[in-house]
Amino acid sequence: MVDAVFIAMAIVTVGGALIALEAKEIVYGAIGLAGSLFGVAAFFFLLDAPYVAVFQIAVYIGAVAVLILFTVMLVRQERWAKELPVRSLTKVAGILTGVVLVLALAIAALSSDISNDTQIQNTAGFVQIGQLISTTYAPILEVLALVLGAAIVGALTLSRTDREEKQQ
Amino acid sequence: MNSLSDFVIVSAMLFGIGVYGLVTKRNALRLLFAVEIMINAANLNFVAFDQYLPSSVGPGSNALGQTFVLFSIALAAAEAAVILAIVVVAYRLHQDVDVSDLNSMEG
Repeated sequence: MVDAVFIAMAIVTVGGALIALEAKEIVYGAIGLAGSLFGVAAFFFLLDAPYVAVFQIAVYIGAVAVLILFTVMLVRQERWAKELPVRSLTKVAGILTGVVLVLALAIAALSSDISNDTQIQNTAGFVQIGQLISTTYAPILEVLALVLGAAIVGALTLSRTDREEKQQ
Repeated sequence: MNSLSDFVIVSAMLFGIGVYGLVTKRNALRLLFAVEIMINAANLNFVAFDQYLPSSVGPGSNALGQTFVLFSIALAAAEAAVILAIVVVAYRLHQDVDVSDLNSMEG
């Protein structure tokens, strides 16, 4: 049995993902992606993982979706609106791949006995997550900080404009 | 009550949509959307399995899935930043973000 909140969130998540890929204007696509990410955050709440849910909202909707929106708006031209039509063979192949994948995974999930698991067993709070991050997985945290720093520096270097060249 | 398979099926649908977008789209931003959707499907699967199945791999192991999803979200944010910078540069060079036109590195 599935409750109403779950169905509503599933519609928001899957519908948002479809809008993200199929909306005519890419700005609406970005907003659809934000809706889909919000739906995933709601699923994290349903899974008794509120810390991950809040992190998802803060990072994805607060940072990534806004970053995408700003990129789209900063370099927005008429060209962004016009997307070359996809060949129908490619489209059929894509739909077929997606549907077959979903069917295979859904059949595998339904035929195994994980549909009998209805009780959430692990409800770790942020205290346990924090202990795990700062003790056992502290090296991963530090490497991740380096990766983030390198990614930001790399992104800034890539998108930098040479002001001196521009003035000439 | 929701069972584990419900979450897994929603995650599979998200992943299928992501694969469809990756196969059919040629706009670089749509490809970024598709990749983000697939990453989110994987994260959802990770947390769902971690919360529903009993864990027995040492102390603090019932927070393992959530911890790794936190790392994964941070990595995805870094990846999105780099891809968006590449999109801006590609747009500046080619006035276009169609990935099939970005072939100047082809041999």
